Amino acid sequence: MMTGRVLLIEDEANIAEAIRFILTRDGWDVTIHADGATALDRLRALRPDALVLDVMLPGLSGYEILDALRADSMLADLPVLILTARGQEREREMAAARGATLFMTKPFANADILASLRQLVGR
Amino acid sequence: MISFNLLVAVCLAYVGFLFLIAFWAERRADQGRGGWLHSPAVYTLSLSIYCTAWTFYGAVGYAARSGLEFVTIYLGPTLVFVGWWWILRKLVRVGRRERVTSIADLISARFGKSNLLGVMVTVISVAASTPYIALQLQSVTLSFSVFATGTPQGWALPDQRATAFWVAAGLTLFTILFGTRNLDADERHHGVVTAIAFEAVMKLVALLSVGVFVVWGVAGGPSEVLAHIEASQLADWPMQPGRWVGLIFVSAAAILTLPRMFQVMVVENVDEAHLATASWAFPLYLMAMSLFVVPIAVIGLEVLPKGSNPDLFVLTLPLAYDRGGLALLAFLGGFSSATSMVIVAAIALATMVSNHIVVPLWLASRRGRAGDAGDVRGLVLLARRLSIAAILALGYFYYRLSGGSSALAAIGLIAFVGVAQVLPAMIGGLFWRGASSVGVGMGLLTGFSVWLYSFFLPSFGAGGLLSATLIAEGPWGIGWLRPQALFGLSGMDPLLHAIFWSLSLNILAFVTGSLLSIPGPVERIQALAFVRVFDGDAAAPSWTRDSGAEAEELLTLTQGFLGNDEALVFFRTEAGRQGKAGFLPDATPDFIERLERRLAGAVGAATAHAMIAQHAGRAVISAEDLLAVASDAQQIMESSAELRQKSEELTRTARALSEANEKLTALSVQKDAFLSQISHELRTPMTSIRAFSEILAEPDLAPEDRVRFTGVIKDEAVRLTRLLDDLLDLSVLENRKAQLTIRAANLHDLINRALAAASNTRPERAFIFDRDQGAEFLPVITDADRLVQVFINLVSNARKYCDADPPKLKIVARRKAGRITVDFIDNGAGIPKEARGLIFEKFVRMTDTARAGGAGLGLAICREIMASLGGSVAYLPGQGGAAFRVTLPVRPLSVAPDSGS
Repeated sequence: MMTGRVLLIEDEANIAEAIRFILTRDGWDVTIHADGATALDRLRALRPDALVLDVMLPGLSGYEILDALRADSMLADLPVLILTARGQEREREMAAARGATLFMTKPFANADILASLRQLVGR
Repeated sequence: MISFNLLVAVCLAYVGFLFLIAFWAERRADQGRGGWLHSPAVYTLSLSIYCTAWTFYGAVGYAARSGLEFVTIYLGPTLVFVGWWWILRKLVRVGRRERVTSIADLISARFGKSNLLGVMVTVISVAASTPYIALQLQSVTLSFSVFATGTPQGWALPDQRATAFWVAAGLTLFTILFGTRNLDADERHHGVVTAIAFEAVMKLVALLSVGVFVVWGVAGGPSEVLAHIEASQLADWPMQPGRWVGLIFVSAAAILTLPRMFQVMVVENVDEAHLATASWAFPLYLMAMSLFVVPIAVIGLEVLPKGSNPDLFVLTLPLAYDRGGLALLAFLGGFSSATSMVIVAAIALATMVSNHIVVPLWLASRRGRAGDAGDVRGLVLLARRLSIAAILALGYFYYRLSGGSSALAAIGLIAFVGVAQVLPAMIGGLFWRGASSVGVGMGLLTGFSVWLYSFFLPSFGAGGLLSATLIAEGPWGIGWLRPQALFGLSGMDPLLHAIFWSLSLNILAFVTGSLLSIPGPVERIQALAFVRVFDGDAAAPSWTRDSGAEAEELLTLTQGFLGNDEALVFFRTEAGRQGKAGFLPDATPDFIERLERRLAGAVGAATAHAMIAQHAGRAVISAEDLLAVASDAQQIMESSAELRQKSEELTRTARALSEANEKLTALSVQKDAFLSQISHELRTPMTSIRAFSEILAEPDLAPEDRVRFTGVIKDEAVRLTRLLDDLLDLSVLENRKAQLTIRAANLHDLINRALAAASNTRPERAFIFDRDQGAEFLPVITDADRLVQVFINLVSNARKYCDADPPKLKIVARRKAGRITVDFIDNGAGIPKEARGLIFEKFVRMTDTARAGGAGLGLAICREIMASLGGSVAYLPGQGGAAFRVTLPVRPLSVAPDSGS
C-alpha cells in the first residue's frame, strides 16, 4: 500500500532513522535530507507529497526553508509538518504564521506522527 | 708577588663573575622582576663607559705630559649633562618614540629612512671606533706587562700580541653571548647593562683607592700633596685657550655621538626620567674619577725612576711600594674600563653593521619575492655575531699595525673628532626642519674625508700610511693640500686644525646641501616628527588609508622578526586599541605606522620601512600625501592635528561601543535562548529514546533491528547524562563554587593523561602528536584533574575537527615570566575569523550536532575552569590551523598549596 512520497529534513541521524522506520512500515516512501542549506534544491528535485521539517538545522533553519518554499509558486501548496524540540507555546504560533500545515513537538508518540502525516495528505 | 698565572686566574674569575651578574640580571628581566635593575642609578653607572682605559690610565699620563688639560675631557660631557640637558631629553624622547636602534638608525630614520645615510654613519663609526678599541686592547696588554717588569723576581714577559689576541677573543665571546642572546624588539640588553654598571663601580673604587694610597700613604696627607704640586712642573704648564675650547667641544660632541654612548644613553634607556638623575649624578661620577689624577701624576713623576711611562702610574706606584693587592685592584679597574667600553661599542657597531649593511643586502637579494619572509631572526643574529667578531678583529689588527706605541690620549682624540662628524646631522635633524638627506650626505662625506686625510692617516706618523714628503709638502707638491696645513692654515695644533677644518667644511656642506635640495615626503614627515617631538602626535602617518595590506600577512611577516609570541602580543594589543579584542587588527595607516616602528626596533627604520612597503606596496606615499606635506598644507595640517586626534578617538570609541553592543545583543539573545536551548538539547535525545522504545514494544521486529535500536537508546541515554553533567559542572564553575584540589603535579604527566583519555575520539585515524617532551617537565601547582579536563577537551576537539591528512597536533609547553603556557595547534582549517569571538560561549558549535557529539559546552567549561584556576584559555590567531593557548600561573593566586587533600 503506497501512501505517498515524503521528504524528511532532519539533522539528528537517530531521530531521522526512527521516523523513517515508522513511516516506511505505514507505506510511505521516505527520503532523508540532513542539511538546511541544500534542502530547497532537494525539494525541487524530489517533488514530494509531504514534508517533515525540523527547525534547528545547520545552514538554513526550518523556518527559513518554510518561508522560501511558501514564496515559491511550485511549492507553495506543499503540506508541511514542523517538528521542533524548542517546546514553547510561542513556537506553535510562529509556525502557523509562517504557513506550516501542522506542528509537533519532540518527543512525540509514534502513532501521532503517523496520524499527522495522514492528515497532511488528506486521508 | 703576583705571578702571571695568578693574574690570568684573577682576570678569568672576574670575567666569570661578570657573566654571573649579566646572566642573573637577564633572568630577572625575563621574569618581569627588573626592579632596581631599571633604576636611575644603574642607568647613570652605565653611562660611565665614557670613562675607558684612556681615562683610567691615560688621564694620569695626560696630566703628567700636559698639566690640567686632561680636565677638558670631563668638562665637555659635564657641560652637556648640566647645561644642554634639553638636547639629551629630546634625543632620548625621539630615540624611544622611533624605536631607534643606533645612531646610524637615528640619522637614517630622520632623513627619509634613507639607508645610504645609515651606511655612511656606520662606516664613520666603525672607522673612528677601531683605533679606540685597539687602545683598550693595548692598555690591557700593557697593564699585563707591568706586572712582569715591575717585580724583582719578574716572570718572563708574555708575548704582547698573544695577550692582545686572547683578550680580543675573550671579549668577542662575552659580547656575543650577552649582546646577541635574542633579537628583542626594543634592542635592550639588561644583562650587559647591569654588568657594565658593576664595572663602573669597580673602576671608581680602584682609582679612588690608588688615590687615597698615594695621598695619605705615600705623600703623607693633602697639604703635603699640595706642596708637591706647587713645586712640580705641572703647575707651570701654560694653558692654551685654543686647545681647551677645542677639546671641550669635541668631548661634548663625543658624548652625544659616540656609538657606545648613544647605545647606553638612548637605546638602553628604560625611563626618560632617569636622565634627570643622570644630569647631576654623572658629572659627579666624572668628578670623582678625576679627583686624584693630578696627585697621582705629581707623586709618580717624583717617586718613580725617570722615563717611567706615566700612562701606567696607577699600576706602577702601588707596585713600587710593594702593595700587590692594591695593584691588583687597580689592574681590575683598568680591565673593567677597557672591557666595558669594548663590549658596548661592539654591540652598538654590530647592530649598525647588521641593520644597515647585511640585512638590506639580504633584502635586496630577494626583491620580487615579497611573500613569506620566514624566520629571519636567525639571519639577523648571525649577522650581528659575525659583525662583533669582525669589529674586534679590526681593533686587533689596528693594534698590530699601529705598533701599540702612541700615547693613549692621542688615539682617543682621533676617535672623538671622527665621530663628532655626525654631530651637525644629529643637531640639525633634531632642531632644523629644513635639514635634508642630501645635506647630511654631503656634510658627512666632507667631514669624514677631511678627518681621514688631516688627522686619522697622519696619526700613523710620517712614513706610516702617508709618506713623509706628502705630509711635509702636500700631494704632488701642492702646498695648500698638506694634510696638517690645509688651505695654507699652518702652524696650528694638528688637533685643532683637524677639528676646525673637518667640522666647518662638514657644516658648510650640510647647510648648503640642505638649502639647495627639496626633501621627499617621508623625509618631511620624519622632520616634523623629530623637530616637534614634544608637541604630541603631530606627525601624520606615512601610510595612506587603503594600505592594501592584509593583517594576516603582516602577522606572518612580524612573526619572522619578533617570533610568534611577541608578534601575537603586539597584534592583540593593537586589536584591543581598535576595539576589536579577540580578532586581528585592521590594517589602518595608524596600525601600520606602529608596526613599522616596532619592526624598526629590531632591524632599523630604513629596513622596516622597506619590508612593510613590500607587503603594502601600493601604500607608499601617494600624490595626495605629497600635497599634504608640502609646506603650505603643512601649516594647516599641524593646526588640524588636534582635531584629527579627537576624531580618531571618537571613531575608536564608536567602534568599541558597537563591538560591545554586538556582544551584548549576542549575549542577551543567548540568555533569552538559554532555556529553549536546554530544552532542545534535552528533548533531542529523548525523542530518539521514546520513538525507539515504542518501536521495540512491537512484537514482529527483526532481531538485528532490535539489537541496533537498543544500542541507539543506550547511546542517547549516555548523551543525556553527559549533557546534564556538563550543565551542572558549568553552573558550579560559573558560580565559583567548584571544589578545587590544589596540589603539585608534573605538566608532562597531565598532558599524557589527556592524550590517553582523548584517544577514543575518532580512533580510526592515525593522529600525529608533535611534542617537545623535554620542555614539558614543568612543575605546576593546580587542580590537576580540572586542568586535564581542559586539555582533553582541546585535544579531542582537534581530533574531532581537524581534517588535514595526516592530522597533526603540535603541543608546546613553555614557562615565562611566572606563567606557564601550553599551546595546542592543529594543522586543520582553523576557525574562521568571525567565529573566534563566540567559540567560548555556551551552546556554540562549529559544525553539525552529529559530528560534534556534544552540546557545545566544552569550551565554555574550559574557559570557566581556567578562570577558576587563575589562568585563561584563548584562541591563537595566525597559526595556520586551529590553535588554543592555555595559560596558568606557576602557583595559584589565592589558594595555598594543599598537599593533604
